[in-house]
Amino acid sequence: MNAQSIVYSASALLFSPLLLGVINRVKAIFAGRTGQPLLQTYYDLSKLFRKGAVYSTTSSWVFRAGPTVGLASVLVALAITPFGRVPALLNFPGDLLLLAYALGLMRFFTVIAALDTGSAFEGMGASREVQFSALAEPAFLLCLAALACKTQSLSLSTIISRMNFGLWAKDGPALAMIAVAFMAVLLAENARMPVDDPTTHLELTMIHEVMVLDHSGPDFAFILYSASLKLWVMGALLIGIILPVRTGNILLDFPATLLGMIALALLIGVIESVMARLRLLRVPQLLVGAGVIAVIALILILR
Amino acid sequence: MNTNSICVIRNGEIIPLAHIPLISISEFRDTVIEKVASGARISAFWGQPSGKAVRLFAILAQDKYATLALLSTEVESSYPSLTPNCVQAHWFEREIAEQWSVTPTGHPWLKPIRFHPSYRTGRDPSAVTGEQIGLTDFFQVGGAEIHEVAVGPVHAGIIEPGHFRFQCHGENVYHLEISLGYQHRGIERGLMEQPAKRRIHLIECSAGDTTIGHATAYCHAIEALSGCQAPARAVFLRGIALELERLANHTGDLGALAGDVGYLPSMSYCGRIRVDFLNATALLCGSRFGRGLIRPGGISLDVDESRVKELLRHLNKASEDVTEAVELMFDSPSVLARFEGTGEITPQTCRDLGLVGPMARACGERLDVRHDFPNGIFRFSQIPISTWHTGDVFSRALVRWLEMQRSIQFIRDQLNMIPDTGLRTEIGSLPPDTLAVSMVEGWRGEICHIATTDQQGELTHYKIIDPSFHNWFGLAIALRGQQISDFPLCNKSANLSYCGHDL
Repeated sequence: MNAQSIVYSASALLFSPLLLGVINRVKAIFAGRTGQPLLQTYYDLSKLFRKGAVYSTTSSWVFRAGPTVGLASVLVALAITPFGRVPALLNFPGDLLLLAYALGLMRFFTVIAALDTGSAFEGMGASREVQFSALAEPAFLLCLAALACKTQSLSLSTIISRMNFGLWAKDGPALAMIAVAFMAVLLAENARMPVDDPTTHLELTMIHEVMVLDHSGPDFAFILYSASLKLWVMGALLIGIILPVRTGNILLDFPATLLGMIALALLIGVIESVMARLRLLRVPQLLVGAGVIAVIALILILR
Repeated sequence: MNTNSICVIRNGEIIPLAHIPLISISEFRDTVIEKVASGARISAFWGQPSGKAVRLFAILAQDKYATLALLSTEVESSYPSLTPNCVQAHWFEREIAEQWSVTPTGHPWLKPIRFHPSYRTGRDPSAVTGEQIGLTDFFQVGGAEIHEVAVGPVHAGIIEPGHFRFQCHGENVYHLEISLGYQHRGIERGLMEQPAKRRIHLIECSAGDTTIGHATAYCHAIEALSGCQAPARAVFLRGIALELERLANHTGDLGALAGDVGYLPSMSYCGRIRVDFLNATALLCGSRFGRGLIRPGGISLDVDESRVKELLRHLNKASEDVTEAVELMFDSPSVLARFEGTGEITPQTCRDLGLVGPMARACGERLDVRHDFPNGIFRFSQIPISTWHTGDVFSRALVRWLEMQRSIQFIRDQLNMIPDTGLRTEIGSLPPDTLAVSMVEGWRGEICHIATTDQQGELTHYKIIDPSFHNWFGLAIALRGQQISDFPLCNKSANLSYCGHDL
């Protein structure tokens, strides 16, 4: 653990809600609107923290535990995610599996908290979430496996720090395929278009949003904050792969990665603006497609 | 079939009640079933008290001949239901049963549609009158893997209340039942309690987004009864307002369709342009929904030359903008992938259920009151019928867009030749014991108003049939075999009125 990692982790905690602000601003510009303030997510969080929570009498401790476990899991994920060449707070061989399952635990608790409410809507959302994540997880792990083979390491911090433009020159196609597959997983896991529509008010079409309908106040703030951290964690990995600025000067590398994150938020905003959402039946095809691309990347690297 | 069993009138005509054939229920039943089987459509089927009995009337629209067949019968407390042989009667018979405590024996799904007490005094509140809105038996599919999803009456968006009950197997919808009645205000009876001059206000809000359509239908009925004719200038301005209403609503719906599939640019632009069209209506009368413009005998406000020019300028700007926004949507493969094949209705189902308006035209049916039963401005200027054949959400969106293009052209043409006449003629007294039928193609489809007078020449019964009344069941059927996540999209493509149905 070093000072850089601590500074980075603190900046992730601070800046992650900004990503959602950037995405929303891009969408607003595309739609010809002024849009909400860039800092709206922060305002929402502070509002929610000052509110009380309402609990249905039919729900149990599982429902209350959901948001807290979710936030704890994503904090663990953050602690093992490097940011460019800044290593993670914790790193050890095999931490890439822990990352996948920390995010898995977060999802598991979101799902059982949703089922705990007994609402037909939330059950439907939970069913969709589980169906799609069962397909997203293999793609995610295959991407990590390909990267691990490429860099001969089982620790995320080492993997990402070993990425550089030389590797891209040599193995560009495989890395590009990993990036594409990873992007699809990122969009699906973070409930973004074209898989899920974060702005819709139509319960019947929602995936992630419908599972958290019954949460309120600080619980919902936890969920909102966890979601922005999750986007940050997955975004940091993707930017670590596709924008490996490794000059050795931390004053250059760190801002470059940070700018990469903003660029990623812009990209997500553009994707959400220029395409309609997929029909739910088509989502598995997207995710299986991502898995297949990841397999091909792995084969290319193992060859 | 005896030819004396029906009489034939046209849209906007009157007929003395005594001239309407009063036939036995079995003859009535056979005639309706036979006529519908050979291509007629039930435009209206309702009851009116007649002594101790209830007189049932039916208006069958014969679209190809521009005529309306009218027939009637008298029933006491029950009669053999028409629905098993003529599905179009389904919703009408439920309404008759609820309003007049007359049981259509053999009706396959007899339950209230609005949940109000029976209008017939001294009657046992029959089994079809609900205790509380929405408390009723819903059609259920059996089996351990089936789950039921209940949506509404309170919705996440700011829309009207309605309850939707889905029978699902996973994401697949086997059946959807729609239960309405939450918006029932008793407009038809309320009209009778109002002094004549105040009735127009109730009519204007029978479906708020169809103010012009309903007000025009009401005025046509009253003018037909009193035998007066609105001046040509009023007729033209009514027509222009009617098409502006169509433009505003179609634009809003196309934008909402884009929003439902998450396609933001068209959603936002159409939302804004819809208001441009509403503002164009406001140029005519100061109200964006056209309130206060249309009055029996003509219209209430005139437009001068400069205002016509401004309206034209507004219209041209808005039509440019909307073309861009809508073409953006129809050019996006991801949007088309959601629209195509979603919520399909076959032409056969459309005919069986008697759907009207853009929903029917999207099934390839050539139905349009403006063309088939022209009245008002459409007697002088024709507007082509826009149809498409696929019957899905895409088809409904496309038909609306085609209609918009026709309407824009129509308004442009009419604005150049508004005749210079008076605005309003005096409404004379109404003839006794007479019935008037008036139909208008509102933006949702066929609006049918029927006015009846008593011996003193006072309005005694008024019947309003909003296009939604024909189409709600079509939406339920369109959902069969669909994904439940596509329901909002199908719903928006029809965008039916809750208050227009509940009245």
